[in-house]
Amino acid sequence: MSIAYQIAVCAGIVPDPLQTLDPVAGPAGPALKNEMMLPAVLDPWAAHALYEAANLARQHAGSKVWLVSLSPKAKLQQVMMTVAQKAPFELIAIDGPSSGFTDSAAVAAALAAAIEGIPGLDRSRLLVFGGWESASRGAGATMQVVGELLGITEQFQGVDELTAGPDGSLRILERIEGGCHQVSVCAGPPALLGWATGKLPEPRNNPQVGMANMRSILPALQKARPAVLGPAGAQFHGVALPKQQRQTRIVKDAPVEEIAREIAAWIRGE
Amino acid sequence: MKMEPVLVLLHTEADGALAKAALEVLAAAVAGRAPVDVGLVGSVVQPAADRVAGCGARRFLAVEGEEFAQPRYATDAAAAEALARASGAPLIFAPASSRWMRVLPGVAHRLGGCADTHVTSLSRQDGKPVITRWYYRQRMEAALERAARPWVILLESGCYEAWSGAPGTARLERLPVTAAPRTRVEGVQAPQSGQQTIRPDAALLFVAGAGWTKNQADGKPHVAEAEKLILEFLDRTQCSLGSSKSLVDLSGEGQAVLGFLSHLNQVGQTGSTPRHPKGLATCCHGEEPHVVGWRFVTERRAVNLDANCGWARGKADVVYVADAFAVMAKLNELLRS
Repeated sequence: MSIAYQIAVCAGIVPDPLQTLDPVAGPAGPALKNEMMLPAVLDPWAAHALYEAANLARQHAGSKVWLVSLSPKAKLQQVMMTVAQKAPFELIAIDGPSSGFTDSAAVAAALAAAIEGIPGLDRSRLLVFGGWESASRGAGATMQVVGELLGITEQFQGVDELTAGPDGSLRILERIEGGCHQVSVCAGPPALLGWATGKLPEPRNNPQVGMANMRSILPALQKARPAVLGPAGAQFHGVALPKQQRQTRIVKDAPVEEIAREIAAWIRGE
Repeated sequence: MKMEPVLVLLHTEADGALAKAALEVLAAAVAGRAPVDVGLVGSVVQPAADRVAGCGARRFLAVEGEEFAQPRYATDAAAAEALARASGAPLIFAPASSRWMRVLPGVAHRLGGCADTHVTSLSRQDGKPVITRWYYRQRMEAALERAARPWVILLESGCYEAWSGAPGTARLERLPVTAAPRTRVEGVQAPQSGQQTIRPDAALLFVAGAGWTKNQADGKPHVAEAEKLILEFLDRTQCSLGSSKSLVDLSGEGQAVLGFLSHLNQVGQTGSTPRHPKGLATCCHGEEPHVVGWRFVTERRAVNLDANCGWARGKADVVYVADAFAVMAKLNELLRS
């Protein structure tokens, strides 16, 4: 039994990890200094979710992937220039903040509403994907609320592997403590999966896929609705960079034997 | 000032006991001097309740049964929701275990409340609870409070001393909970024998960077030799093995890689955030994302050919400017003896 899945991938954008980030106090709470100037990338774990979704859709004829993103649309357009070349999808853009200081429940409500608005949505074929945590808020608390709002009680977080069985079941490996995976078998869609890194490498850029995607991405960006986020739930007392600075001892030109002896003694706690 | 009551939500492990992280959360709740309820989920929870019977909790609530033995969203969410409603406490503390992290944000939504995860400390300001947690993958720390209740707070492990009072006999109030999950838990898949990943219980974290696979002084990579050196070191020290993202990603780019590394070894922006007492980094470059992965490692040393890399200044306690191949070979020799 092959199911034509409907896969909605929730993915925000985050500052490029190589950028230096400084918090500033804004009128609506904390923000990043020069946030709109920072180069952005698709949230790394959500990007893995997209690659896994594209891979699953490729294996099941008739499947379709939507990328649902709550981000400032000007920044999202920049990010899409690269992401569009990675995998076929249809973009659903919601124009709103991508800040890590936005409330996860408010973000989840906007994402769930966008998924519910997909024309012809069939819950018996629906898989909701996303990253299990973002590289901004890093809470791992958004996808669960998306699932709750969509009435999905089969939820998995820290997913590294999904195998669709011939009977329509889904065999899922989730990260748990101690470097282990919990193995679960879900009867089938609807289900929600918050992905960790998965098993797939980042796909190479494919300009043909990019051109096909861009035909739907640009109209989606143009008609992106502004997000109506609920009231900020948190009252921030302050946001600061860690101040801890270590007095580093640099050991140069020392014989290898001496270095090894020192490290061995340190490991042994001598 | 009247303190808000706290429900401490705990689950038992596969052996029926409570994890250290669960006892840490209990200690944090008890230290706040607020009325405390304990809610337990598991197959059979009486032994676990007895273990913490002396904590001074006013109630011990339980959801137990075979369907609650294993972590699963549908059953765990139903159990946690029932416990929270029965207690009615406006504050709910829980360990940030994979089991509770999976369900409690969803449960907070069901209760009409809010949730904060990866919390590293709890304090009070004007009688109101204030938490601290990290944003942007441990790059900045925020202190915040919330007005919404119930407020579910998932505490990171290692932030509080574990509760260690005397055991006793707890009077359990068992709650009837039914759930009809469509998911069957088949078990746990451990890493292959000989493979090491990020193990929180290890005394040392060894991080291998991309430099191990780069061309060496003779103009050629020595990946096989690197594998041998690292595996012997792991075997001798039983340490946890981490790696930088760049090294794990090399496999996707068709380059020579260390065969035993996977994304499970990754530390930093898209990996884990280890909290080992000691960390030794080798052949790593000092970009901020890598440092991020080491934020909570207590003692840090690095072996690196570049004394001026980001690691060298202010991040590590000691940086040895040396060839990691030579140092590790000698170190293994010393550890053998």
